[in-house]
Amino acid sequence: MELKVKTVAEYINAGDTPEILFWVGCAGSFDDRAKKVTKAVAKILQAAEVKFAILGQEESCTGDPAKRAGNEFLFQMQAMQNIMVLNGYEIKKIVTACPHCFNTLKNEYPSLGGNYEVIHHSQLIEQLLKEGRLQVEGGQFKGKKITFHDPCYLGRANNVYEAPRDVLSKLDAELVEMKRCRTKGLCCGAGGAQMFKEAEQGSKEVNVERSEEALSVKPDFIAVGCPFCNTMMTDGVKLAEKEDQVKVLDIAELIAQAADL
Amino acid sequence: MHHTGILLSILPNIIFTLIFLAGISLFMINVRKIIRNIKLGKDLNRNDNPAERWKLMVRVALGQSKMMVRPIPGILHLFVYVGFVIINIEIVEIILDGILGTHRLFAPFLGGFYDFLIASFEILAFLVLVGVVAFYIRRNVIYIKRFRQDDLKGFPKNDANIILITEVLLMGAFLTMNAADQVLVAKSAAHYGDYGAYPISGLITGWFEGWSVESLVIYERFAWWFHIIGILAFMNYLPYSKHLHIAMAFPNVWYSKLKPKGELPNMEAVTREVKLMLDPSAPMEEAAGPVKFGAKDIQDLSWKNLMDAYSCTECGRCTSECPANITGKLLSPRAIMMKTRDRMEEVGKNIDANKGTFMDDGKSLLHSYITPEELWACTTCNACVEACPVNIDPVDIIVNLRQQLVMEESAPPASLAGMFTNMENNGAPWQFSPSDRANWREE
Repeated sequence: MELKVKTVAEYINAGDTPEILFWVGCAGSFDDRAKKVTKAVAKILQAAEVKFAILGQEESCTGDPAKRAGNEFLFQMQAMQNIMVLNGYEIKKIVTACPHCFNTLKNEYPSLGGNYEVIHHSQLIEQLLKEGRLQVEGGQFKGKKITFHDPCYLGRANNVYEAPRDVLSKLDAELVEMKRCRTKGLCCGAGGAQMFKEAEQGSKEVNVERSEEALSVKPDFIAVGCPFCNTMMTDGVKLAEKEDQVKVLDIAELIAQAADL
Repeated sequence: MHHTGILLSILPNIIFTLIFLAGISLFMINVRKIIRNIKLGKDLNRNDNPAERWKLMVRVALGQSKMMVRPIPGILHLFVYVGFVIINIEIVEIILDGILGTHRLFAPFLGGFYDFLIASFEILAFLVLVGVVAFYIRRNVIYIKRFRQDDLKGFPKNDANIILITEVLLMGAFLTMNAADQVLVAKSAAHYGDYGAYPISGLITGWFEGWSVESLVIYERFAWWFHIIGILAFMNYLPYSKHLHIAMAFPNVWYSKLKPKGELPNMEAVTREVKLMLDPSAPMEEAAGPVKFGAKDIQDLSWKNLMDAYSCTECGRCTSECPANITGKLLSPRAIMMKTRDRMEEVGKNIDANKGTFMDDGKSLLHSYITPEELWACTTCNACVEACPVNIDPVDIIVNLRQQLVMEESAPPASLAGMFTNMENNGAPWQFSPSDRANWREE
């Protein structure tokens, strides 16, 4: 499938407006692994004929890691610049594949003047499947085992537990839960700006603890819904030398694969 | 002579009344100190949505919903909790008997219902004993990591055992008092009327069978005094103990954060300054007083952070679910709460000793109690907040202290300082050019 992704500016120049903004996020824009997820999301939106646009060069970090690291100044500088751009384009609805961007845009921008309807890509995919705008054939996943790792900023932080599972259930695979799932899901270790620093001294890395738990249910796929979880779980699986048997994939990648996009 | 006789006969009532009033007064003094200490925190409005708050309190505090996530301690705790609350109805009668010199004052008025009440109290007292003994075994015999961790060394461990042993003694006194009472009734002793039904203590009357009426009266009175003085003493122990949660759980849940767990509050003081930086012509809004960013000491935290600290009963469910703690890092959310309370009590004593004003003691919550290493281990995953049966929020304290480290002390870890620079220069936490943001489209 050939990607035709336009920016909001390109839409407006053509005298049109997008129905939804796809907030790509820093990882989705720059991280090689996460870029694949970005493309999968774009393919899904395109296949479902969603009129979406990105901000492109006008997008900037939401400021999430700065806020959680205690740098409120930097966070608010980032937030206000983004809000100026978003409000300038009169953006109403945003979808993002990053739960950190999702949480910040949805919960922390309103008190700075940014009010948008923000959804996680798992929620949008769920909706597109329900409305029949997107069709998947589970065939290639039949008999496979998938375990879903809850991102903290989607699950506990915002109580979204069912949308990703609902989407995965369309794959005809066997969904197996880890002992620590949903409200008790164990963090991958990247939140709260940990992604950008060395871990404090301890007896083990958090991502190793979590990857071991995921591997213990003997899955063929570990499904994730966050670019940071993706990195952490991928590293953990590699460390356990299981990368040939177990693939760490984002929900969007699994769905794009099943929909043959 | 006659007057002396009356005086002697009402002497126990007078002694009881004095002890009772002293116990209540001492408790009220300490309650006022607790309220004063909580008010050392900064303002925060948590009075919105009262209907939702009442519902939350009924479900989480009264209904113990989050305790039941772990069914075994959940049910054992339910025994002790229900027993504690309901047996306290009996305390009303015990106090009135003590003041008026009566015996089982309510019995003649309530008739058959009195039997039902006493029988219920006895069954509950037995369930409390079962729960408390099981808790003692869980803490001291079985290995349960959260009860053996370093943050419980010293007083916290003893505190837990003092509470459990006191409850065994109080319930023991209550049940043996009733057993002695029944033997006295059987021996038709004066003053002991045949009231109540005793499904539990009825099983142990054999222990008292051979006793003389005098010995029985002495034991029955001893148990009565021990029970009621024990309760008054226990009440006065609460302000010094983790057991304060029995009272604090209710207001603490009522004042819970109702917003999504992921939402950190906006810092208005920063918003003012950032608006000025982005638009120097914006009207200057005067800040009230000197502006401090983040929290260094307990006075910089919100009153709710401090109420959280008083509500913590150190169960350690938070710590047992904390990814940092599970993987051996120094951070323990429980310790964050315990240290906050310790520092708050230290500041409170300082204020008491200095006629109502705090004199700088060269210490602070950050650095003297909580170290940067603990703070930087947090992933803000909210597992601790989710796990807490009384909705305590350690993450809020951790982020407040991080703000102090970064915005006041300019002391973030080096790698985070680099991340900040990248974000300032490139609008991304990594060193990539903003002009490359949409390159993925062509790759």
